[in-house]
Amino acid sequence: MAFLHGATKSKSGVGSALKKRSLTPYLLLAPGLIWLITFFVIPIFSLASTSTMVRPQGAQIGTYVQELRFANYVDAFLANQEQYVRSFLYAGIATILALAISYPLAYMIAFKAGKYRNILLVLVVAPFFTSFLLRTVAWSQILGDEGPVVTTLKLLPFFDDSIRLTATPFAVVSGLTYNFLPFMTLPLYASLERIDPRTLEASGDLYASGFTTFRKVTVPLSMPGVVAGTLLTFIPAAGDYVNAALLGNPSTKMIGNVIESRFFAVVDYPTAAALSFTLMATILILVTLYIRKSGTDELV
Amino acid sequence: MAKTKVSQDTGDLVLNRISKYYGDFCAVDDLSLTIPDGSFFALLGPSGCGKTTTLRMIAGLEEPTAGTISIGETDITTQKSYRRNVNTVFQNYALFPHLSIFENIAFGLRRRGIKEVKDEVEKALNLVELGHLSERKPGQLSGGQQQRIAVARAIVNRPEVLLLDEPLGALDLKLRRQMQIELKRIQLEVGITFIHVTHDQEEAMTMADTIAVMNQGKIEQMGSATELYEAPKTAFVANFLGQCNLIKVKVQSRSGGKVVVSAKGHTFEIPESRVSSSNDALLLGVRPEKLRLDDKGVNSIKECVVTDRSFVGTSTQYLVRTPWDLELVVFEQNDEGLHDLRVGDKVSLEWDSEHTFGLDGAQDVNAGADLDDDE
Repeated sequence: MAFLHGATKSKSGVGSALKKRSLTPYLLLAPGLIWLITFFVIPIFSLASTSTMVRPQGAQIGTYVQELRFANYVDAFLANQEQYVRSFLYAGIATILALAISYPLAYMIAFKAGKYRNILLVLVVAPFFTSFLLRTVAWSQILGDEGPVVTTLKLLPFFDDSIRLTATPFAVVSGLTYNFLPFMTLPLYASLERIDPRTLEASGDLYASGFTTFRKVTVPLSMPGVVAGTLLTFIPAAGDYVNAALLGNPSTKMIGNVIESRFFAVVDYPTAAALSFTLMATILILVTLYIRKSGTDELV
Repeated sequence: MAKTKVSQDTGDLVLNRISKYYGDFCAVDDLSLTIPDGSFFALLGPSGCGKTTTLRMIAGLEEPTAGTISIGETDITTQKSYRRNVNTVFQNYALFPHLSIFENIAFGLRRRGIKEVKDEVEKALNLVELGHLSERKPGQLSGGQQQRIAVARAIVNRPEVLLLDEPLGALDLKLRRQMQIELKRIQLEVGITFIHVTHDQEEAMTMADTIAVMNQGKIEQMGSATELYEAPKTAFVANFLGQCNLIKVKVQSRSGGKVVVSAKGHTFEIPESRVSSSNDALLLGVRPEKLRLDDKGVNSIKECVVTDRSFVGTSTQYLVRTPWDLELVVFEQNDEGLHDLRVGDKVSLEWDSEHTFGLDGAQDVNAGADLDDDE
């Protein structure tokens, strides 16, 4: 800002060199701005306008006219309440599970891994080298009726032979947890790794046992990572439809699946758009509340 | 000022033949040390000499490979750090960034289950004269302020021993001087044993009652600042504390309380009590400020040449070359007796016998001289 200000103020015929320089920030911003406007701002407005459209009586499927019908939102929401609740529930459970799995993992990599640190980090990211879809399909194999998990469970006395894992909420939540695990692990690792080990020593020096040190020093200092990780997991998980589609059944449908089928199968654009907006707004509100509550405002 | 004196007699801190090995590397080598209760003790040495390792073993952050550590009658060698009544002021303070200054200081008290911490914390804050900052976060404080908070955070627990690990290393010179005086005042006020680890000889000399000079995991010499400076026992101590001229000499005679030595045709005298070796080859030591640019005394070297001169405010420092090409450092006070010599001027040097000392001649003349002062 100060830079721009200074550049425009020096108007005493300094010559073209300075004028050119004052354009530099805009030129540097241009590619990003153009990209955002073309692929985010314009589509958002187009989506917003679609959400209040109506199909005229007798018109062809896929033909809509603008009538500013805000009741679309109410209709869409009322018809899909269950899927909304399920989306946030599944995403919430997956986020908590991912946190429970990632925290010890990130802690171990940050404090105990020594020279293996980089290898372990690569291993965390390694699944990303294969496609998201493939990995999810692989899970349906793993959890399949003839797969290793079910076969093992059947050997245990408390499960009868009718046990299934695919096409259950369990499978969907497992898929979500697995697919977003690196998004949780990496920010956690980053904030744990930044902790000065001397503060941990200082805590021990000041009469705190290992567990108290963890509770009173390590956890509070890793909060930025916890917040970042949970957001990076929860937000995409809430809107995800791949896991529910590949690992679930009709009664585990999430809101992403509804939006997907409204857009592509039913070609009911206004409802799909209204559902998308409602999802976005809900996530935005939840995230804002969460960040306020966790007291890490400086993150945003 | 608040009365914070801890009067219970906790007893001396005794390190008995402790060693610390990291694999094959010996950081601390069979070290024995008794630090009297209530004293201000400094462990002085270059980086890598084992002083911080020694401190960390006292704190319980490292376990000695061999030997025992005890305070008074209690053996604390294997006691966990959080059970020891010892607190540390860490090198970079290690304040808890997520807690307010008040909570930082209250941390130790709360961990020991003390509910009413307000009075104690305020007393500690007043001791370091930062009572007005209790609601701030560490990040909002200057280096000097953080340093004092680190002291307050340790001292509020009234430890038997307070360990300071290069606590002033990160401060600028002026602030460091100020904090040296401040720490000394606090120590006198609370009467706790302070063990101060530093590589800065001036800092150690300013603050400590007793200094132990460490080198390569061993203690070279222990004593008051004056003792170490005026009568060093090794070349390392002579060079590490201040500057020193060491001249290789041969003993001619030892009689009548005097040792007569010679070097390249010049003879000098050293009081026998100040010679710490019975060898015939000695190092004659004399501090630069004890040398005079004159030729009257018993100990003198004539026909020297000034090869360098620098003005440093309180004194002018000359580099003077002897006829046998040895360079000696001479400090001359900037008062009315100033000679104001130029490079190339002919000059004679002389000094008093009682200002010299004799060290074992088998040592490296430069031991401890060219060490990097920084960590």
